[in-house]
Amino acid sequence: MKAIRFIPLSALALLVWWMLWFMVMGSLMSIEELNFTIRPALAGDGGQATWPLLPTWPTLQPLVQLLLDTPQFFVMFWNTFRLVMPSILGQLVFGAPAAWALSRFRFRGRRILITVYIALMLMPFQVTMVPNFLVMDRLGMMGSIWAVVLPFAFSAFPVFIMLKGFDAVPRAILEAASIDGAGPLRTFVSVGLPLGMPSILAAVVLGFLEVWGAIEQPMIFLSDPATWPLSLFLPQIVAEELGLAMVASLFMLLPAALFFFFGQKYLELGIQATGIKE
Amino acid sequence: MSKTLGTIWQNVRKKRRGEGFTALAFLAPSFVGMCAFFLIPFADTVRRSFFDVRGVNFIGLESYVSVVNNGAFRLAARNTAMFVAICIPLLLVISLGVAILLRSIRPYGKLFKTTFLLPLAVPVASIVLLWQVVFNENGLANTVLTTFGLEPVNFMGTGAAFWVLVFTYLWKNTGYNMILWLAGLDSISDTLYEAAHVDGASKLQSFRYVTLPCLLPTVGIVSILSLLNSFRVFREAYLVAGSHPHDSMYLLQHLFNNWFQNLDVSRLSAAATMMAVMLLVIILLMRRFLDNESD
Repeated sequence: MKAIRFIPLSALALLVWWMLWFMVMGSLMSIEELNFTIRPALAGDGGQATWPLLPTWPTLQPLVQLLLDTPQFFVMFWNTFRLVMPSILGQLVFGAPAAWALSRFRFRGRRILITVYIALMLMPFQVTMVPNFLVMDRLGMMGSIWAVVLPFAFSAFPVFIMLKGFDAVPRAILEAASIDGAGPLRTFVSVGLPLGMPSILAAVVLGFLEVWGAIEQPMIFLSDPATWPLSLFLPQIVAEELGLAMVASLFMLLPAALFFFFGQKYLELGIQATGIKE
Repeated sequence: MSKTLGTIWQNVRKKRRGEGFTALAFLAPSFVGMCAFFLIPFADTVRRSFFDVRGVNFIGLESYVSVVNNGAFRLAARNTAMFVAICIPLLLVISLGVAILLRSIRPYGKLFKTTFLLPLAVPVASIVLLWQVVFNENGLANTVLTTFGLEPVNFMGTGAAFWVLVFTYLWKNTGYNMILWLAGLDSISDTLYEAAHVDGASKLQSFRYVTLPCLLPTVGIVSILSLLNSFRVFREAYLVAGSHPHDSMYLLQHLFNNWFQNLDVSRLSAAATMMAVMLLVIILLMRRFLDNESD
């Protein structure tokens, strides 16, 4: 009886497993085989796309081509990191103290402030796009990576996640720290940060996935293709360089997959934090 | 007596003010950035929505009227509303079903949980190729259909495009909601189920009279988050079908982008303001509803 329950779950899971299978096997296929199997779907010049279970002649040739003959790819890969790292650093440096203050201190306007952070966190990019554009234009930052980084760095989302994490730190520990003579900064650094670490990591994992895959922001704010991240580069090479596109897609997935597998616990924690109502 | 009360009061006030100052120091960097990059420019956006493109002459509600009367806007608004109205109930039901199934096969659910969460981590750009290979006219989806003797479907060039988008949204977001449901289900006390069992309730009855009412607070938050995640589906739509996809999947986000390309600041500001107001109303209503529910 219990076994029946595996059937719908497996059927749904197949939709995910097949995607991984496709990406890995596609990266091992020669360009001739790709032309034969999936080119029909992209070129539209007759024929029908097919997909074998395994490549006929597995080859590392597209991989080698990507790693050795495509310096452009490394530039884009690096460009993506140049957006991701300062964004996440900003989220932690600005966000963590703010989350601590909102969680631990009682002051006038606290509830309103939390509501503002939540409202901001819930606004989609289509709403914040125009304000961001106006301010970046005013500051003369349009086109530079800071136009993408700064709004991410001051995002309200990680503040909210960390706020939830800090809420779970028992008050008694803080009181003990304060009796031992620790000031607010000391308490934050040596009690708050270590005890709130799971939620800080949750914010990092979610932040990484968000910025790593970001498309709208770089598309709107980065004018110079030399500063484009992978997410803008990939869709362009799909049509002409099939083998390259396959391997590059897998490489784009790799860092995100690593963060996912090592940080899944924290990812789940972060998602749960969004579900706890204020 | 009154003296002691007075001192206590003074201490409380001192402490309050003290905490206020410390809080300010902790909050300032984040708050300044939030004001500089979001709140103040948003106020400017609202202002710009009442002025002409150069931001000089006051034109009143003209931009709003032009947005509402715009054919592309109406199409996009209708599509977006339909998308949300179809996707969110579907997503809620599917992800709840998955969460319940997962709990029932414990402790074997871990692999499935990881599987359903994975799409959340997959960058859209890396599945563009896959989506095109599957859904283009001579793609794999049609290969499968014709193998089973069915008529091939022009997924990207007809109203079917809308359903491709729905599928993508469900594929991507089931995991997120599943986690929220699992947390909600875990928070229901076993004693309630035991009591229902003692009273002779069937499995279906205990689901109807124990599980569902206890999940009600979760429903609200899951719906809000699903609504917001539904705006992100633009990435997939844009990458797979470009800036002018089939009419059935032309969403508000496409419109915003295309207006942005034309630097149509006034109309863009008006549209962004309307969208923000609408979302705020929905969020506040939901919060009010949830607060009443829990009291």
